[in-house]
Amino acid sequence: MSASNWTTDFLNQLTAAAITVEQFSLPSTTLWQIESGHWQQFADYALAQQLRWVAGWAEHVEGRLFINACFEKQGVYVLSRAIVNAAKPELPSQATVYPAASRSERHTQDMFGIHFTGHPDHRRWTRHQAWAKHDYPLRKDFPVQGGPETVTPPDKEYPFVKAHGEGVYEIPVGPIHAGIIEPGHFRFQAVGELILNLEERLGYVHKGIEKIAEGRTPEALARLAGRVSGDTTVGHCWAACRAMEQATGIEIPPRAALLRGILAERERVANHLGDMGAICNDVAFIFAHMQFSRLRELWLRTNAAVFGHRLLMDRIVPGGVVCDLSEADCALIERECVRLSKELSEIMPAIDLNSSLEDRLYTAGYLSPEIAAALGTVGYVGLASGQDRDVRRDAPYPPYDQASFKVALEDKGDVASRFWVRYKEINASLKLIKQFIAQLAAGDTLAEWQTPPAGSESLGIVEGWRGEIIAYIRFDAGNKIARYYPRDPSILNWPALEKLVLNNIVPDFPVCNKSLNGSYSGNDL
Amino acid sequence: MNWLIAILQTLLFIVLAPLLAGWLKCCKCRLQNRKPPSLLQPYRDLIKLTSKQPVVAGQASWLFPIAPYLVFSATVLAATVVPLIAVDLPTSASADVIVMVGFFAFARFFLALAGLDIGTAFGGMGSSREMTISSLAEPAMLMAIFTLTMTASTTNLSVAINHVLNDGLILRPSFVFALFALILVAIAETGRIPVDNPSTHLELTMIHEAMILEYSGRHLALIEWASQLKLMLYGVLIANIFFPWGIAESFTAQALGYGLLAIMGKLAVLAIFLAIAETLVAKMRLFRVQEYLSFAYLLGLLGMLSHIILEASR
Repeated sequence: MSASNWTTDFLNQLTAAAITVEQFSLPSTTLWQIESGHWQQFADYALAQQLRWVAGWAEHVEGRLFINACFEKQGVYVLSRAIVNAAKPELPSQATVYPAASRSERHTQDMFGIHFTGHPDHRRWTRHQAWAKHDYPLRKDFPVQGGPETVTPPDKEYPFVKAHGEGVYEIPVGPIHAGIIEPGHFRFQAVGELILNLEERLGYVHKGIEKIAEGRTPEALARLAGRVSGDTTVGHCWAACRAMEQATGIEIPPRAALLRGILAERERVANHLGDMGAICNDVAFIFAHMQFSRLRELWLRTNAAVFGHRLLMDRIVPGGVVCDLSEADCALIERECVRLSKELSEIMPAIDLNSSLEDRLYTAGYLSPEIAAALGTVGYVGLASGQDRDVRRDAPYPPYDQASFKVALEDKGDVASRFWVRYKEINASLKLIKQFIAQLAAGDTLAEWQTPPAGSESLGIVEGWRGEIIAYIRFDAGNKIARYYPRDPSILNWPALEKLVLNNIVPDFPVCNKSLNGSYSGNDL
Repeated sequence: MNWLIAILQTLLFIVLAPLLAGWLKCCKCRLQNRKPPSLLQPYRDLIKLTSKQPVVAGQASWLFPIAPYLVFSATVLAATVVPLIAVDLPTSASADVIVMVGFFAFARFFLALAGLDIGTAFGGMGSSREMTISSLAEPAMLMAIFTLTMTASTTNLSVAINHVLNDGLILRPSFVFALFALILVAIAETGRIPVDNPSTHLELTMIHEAMILEYSGRHLALIEWASQLKLMLYGVLIANIFFPWGIAESFTAQALGYGLLAIMGKLAVLAIFLAIAETLVAKMRLFRVQEYLSFAYLLGLLGMLSHIILEASR
């Protein structure tokens, strides 16, 4: 079946099932508006069509709540929407059909007060105890500055899943950890050292990004998007800018697209190097950790020297980029790529041949392809479990439409697979950087911005270093943002951690977690 | 005079232990292509910790604050048994190697209790793991030691070392087995890679560190010092039993000076080997530790068998 006609097939099926779909064309995708009562049925048909659930969010528009869910198949994205009245918002849950939708629906429930009937889990997710029962922070009548400053009540009452039986015990870990990492709570039920169940409790770094995005100018929103998750600053910034540019209808200059590509691949390489070192460190193979840290540091210093920022923050702006490469910079970057691949080709055999490391990484933290598919995992987590997905290839956008590269795919689903996927992705990125530099032609790096019409909306979809990033943008009148929703890859990948640690032992959890390396900030927003 | 030297030797143990830890750290840093901290850094850390106010959990009982003192004293007492720079000291004569193992067990018992006392999940987890490992390590250690003591026909360390010294350099298969068994046990008992990672920040992977996670200030300083002492004790045990040459047999200043230099040299070399081993391997899965310690036990057993078969008849 070709990519274009599954939508026709699907629409025919829906019509046969008496589900009325109103179609609208958005700049990047199509919008299907559905009766709220058919919301779950729609998901049933979508699952039968093997659509992947991608993202879910809501919006408060003049007394009504728009509930959105994005689906994808064969690189074609479809945005579905149901509209409910804000007075008593209720619609059937899609989480019963798509487990991946569960946390996003809970987030929507917390932020908008929408009741998803039939949802298996109505516990608070993002909202914790900071807000009173009927405070819904993302509704328009909720003040941006929040409530009066009082001490947030402790979150003591969260009803964790309990395990009972002889020898079962509970290990609460976090949200404050012994290392310098982001806060998140993990509740283990274990027998001896064997993990029976793990439950994540996130939301400790909820910053209200969605709320403070409202009313921003495009430039200010791009800066905010760059701070959704510090390690994915290029990815989120690009996704948000892409969405805004599509909504406005401007094309970025080819040179800007290539520079964005270089920035994104450089971010991917830096993070993968860091992660590979951290995975080794978690099994106390410190030699590799030090080597990867060194390589990453050198890489970041080049970022600072060439682009003016170690983590490449705020280099991407609406309409293009605010950095440029001279001939000398290009030569420097190319030399660095050659040096990095040479150094890696020396380090990787040492790691590959180390049997003690092999013993720890292979078979640990197994995520089966079935579960990976059911949870819709993206990026290296999905790729390591055979989920062959990469936005750069499946729904190519400039500059990837002119580039050739191989998507790293593994099928073992263990920590080692996730480690090797990262290595392969580094190699692919180095090749892409070379291609982009070769394609660089003189030209502008910034297109002129135009004020978009009020109500124009779009989805920006890019492949960040963790995987597919979705940014939804709707403009208000006067060049202001009405709604921004970033879907970090971590939102889909975090639930996979709960599954892949099962039947592992407690001391193997850190390395399993590191191999997934979800963003807390990107998840909590 | 003898007692004075015995006390001096114990003090040397206490004073030099952080230096050994500093040297080990230095070697590891070099092997990882890093710039090492000063050799004196462990001393600075201990001073820093002692000057800090210890914070004790609200639900801790009387056991929690006294455990560090018990652990430290027991380790110091164990140190009195092991000949460092001289043999034939009165403290060594009064107690044998089984007493030393007993002191270690005593210290560990109170540390494990303290880990359980505060009632956190990590403390209990660490105590459980530590006891699991020690229950496997102790038989292996005793097996290695019995091999030695059968050769020397004594469990007294001082006498055993004298025996090795007087026999001169003879390659005994039993000693080679026992040496490797003891090295494996020492790595497990002192919480080094691949059994435990002393420098980790990952609560869930910790063994020794998980038990002492709630300690701070001078309590933590004492526990840290005790574990440095323990590392040195094992080092001295390996160095002086298997390579005793250089140890002072008389109590002249010159002999003692040579003894001190010799043991420092031997420990420095041992630390280099330990650092190399720690750099080469990753930490093993927790459930592999039993295989590892069973192997140590097996080596000890083979040592004893080879003693009976090859050496005892002579």
